[in-house]
Amino acid sequence: MSKYEAVIGLEVHVQVKTGSKMFCSCPNSYGEGPNTMVCPVCMGYPGVMPVANKEAIRRTIIAGLMCSCEIPKYSKFDRKSYFYPDMPKNYQISQYDLPFCLKGKIHISGKGFSGNELPNKDIGITRIHLEEDVAKSTHFPGASGIDFNRAGVPLMEIVSEPEMKSADEAYAYLTSLKQIMQYAGISDCDMEKGQMRCDVNISIMPCGADTFGTKVELKNLNSFRAVHRSIEYEISRQEDAVENGIKICQETRGWNDDQGETYLMRSKENAHDYRYFPEPDLMPIEFTNEDIEKFGKEIPELPEAKRERFVAKFGLTPYDAHVLTLEKSYADYFEEGIKHTNTPKLLANWIISELLRELAASNTSINECGISPKNLGAMIELINNDTISGKIAKTVFSEMFTSGKAPEEIVEEKGLVQVTDESAIESFVEQAIRENQTQVEQYKSGNNPKVLQFFVGQVMKLSKGKANPQTVVKLLQKNLGSI
Amino acid sequence: MSGNTKIDVSYVAELARLELAPEEKVKLQEDMEEILGYIELLEKLDVKDIVPTAHAAPLRNIWREDKAGTPPGKDIMLENAPGLIDDELIKVPQVLPGEGMS
Repeated sequence: MSKYEAVIGLEVHVQVKTGSKMFCSCPNSYGEGPNTMVCPVCMGYPGVMPVANKEAIRRTIIAGLMCSCEIPKYSKFDRKSYFYPDMPKNYQISQYDLPFCLKGKIHISGKGFSGNELPNKDIGITRIHLEEDVAKSTHFPGASGIDFNRAGVPLMEIVSEPEMKSADEAYAYLTSLKQIMQYAGISDCDMEKGQMRCDVNISIMPCGADTFGTKVELKNLNSFRAVHRSIEYEISRQEDAVENGIKICQETRGWNDDQGETYLMRSKENAHDYRYFPEPDLMPIEFTNEDIEKFGKEIPELPEAKRERFVAKFGLTPYDAHVLTLEKSYADYFEEGIKHTNTPKLLANWIISELLRELAASNTSINECGISPKNLGAMIELINNDTISGKIAKTVFSEMFTSGKAPEEIVEEKGLVQVTDESAIESFVEQAIRENQTQVEQYKSGNNPKVLQFFVGQVMKLSKGKANPQTVVKLLQKNLGSI
Repeated sequence: MSGNTKIDVSYVAELARLELAPEEKVKLQEDMEEILGYIELLEKLDVKDIVPTAHAAPLRNIWREDKAGTPPGKDIMLENAPGLIDDELIKVPQVLPGEGMS
């Protein structure tokens, strides 16, 4: 047990999914040619006037409500001084003392990334404010190149309370946050596309102490895994330093994913004096109680509530419900599929054990999947009404996955209909007994279940897998018993 | 009309990334203290019945619908760029990775 405990807070930036940018009508779209989605407003030309995007504000408030935030009736935008070429007007429009969302929380529980059980607790959210993203810089020897397509994209900053104590807790917080944003369609949170970015504030203090140690900020964290690894590294680095009498300095450190270590980026800057002041070009935002109530009605079901419903209504295990709600698209698939079958549990099993495996193996997303939820539901009904066996279903499933055809069509084409006709199966049973006399003797001497299983295999082989397994067992027991 | 508030022009200039000649500092010092002196006048007003506001204009919720338009195009937007890289990125003095926000 360590003598120290870590104190971790996260600042997460999430791009809001909108049609247009925050303060101008340039499209908010990723992957376009550099500097094509730009205008004088988002390039920061002097004298231009920003006009706020109502939808970006609405989505930010929905995000806040989903994180149990309070929505103040009065909020405003401010200018934050900023001197980098990726935001050349020398300020960023952000929110200072009156942000859109205050005092929320996110619940974490279950198993952590490292496999240990997480404490069942809430991580506080200090605030969520809305600002404009800056341009993207690419670094070349001796110069940097700027692409303004990203400049002006609506960006939420979600600031947590310093209430996490381990890399696992930070990882779980991020996972929940991402899930919430995706569920509400607020952001796709694709870290590779920069739609979600995370900075970590971390300090250590002796266990039980009430004053935090000096905090270090970690940047350049490009994946949840990098967040996890960098926190583990930084906790041990700080512990080693303190043990060896080295003072921790307030500094910003980067994460080198290849080396698996943090490195000094810059030490404490000349006072963070951002000289915020109210943005005179934008009017304050004011909501009535009715407005806020109306926003509340637009909140979609939270992942946690969905899990509970899946267990209570469809008889899934908590594990099934957990897997099916990892991504909203999985949950949507399941909910569409159950319209076409009466056995939700069986559908859940097929999605979890077969579909997700195939999707991962072929690097396909569930939305691009060849098997529609309707067809998977229909296939499960074919199992339920004994048209096909569970074994044949696997063949049908693979064929559906590659061809996208309906299960009935595949069963028809390939002649995979299960044989339930007892006289047809009986002839296979008789043949199997006739051809395997040694095993018949073994069966007679001890009624061995392994021998029975052998005969089931033989009959299935003779029927090319199409015999109904229950009927096969019944007839084998009858015929072998009467010998 | 000079007020009692003193201002550290060098500090303000540093925050604004401005390099000032000594005589400019003296001039700005006077100008800015005069402005602050004027604000001190406002402080003498009785505002106890006035609701605080973040804006002088009595307007709220001025926003637009989320409709994307057609941007003016890369060529025209890059006309004022001091230099380009690959004809598409604006060339600027080197920024260290990790500085600024991105």
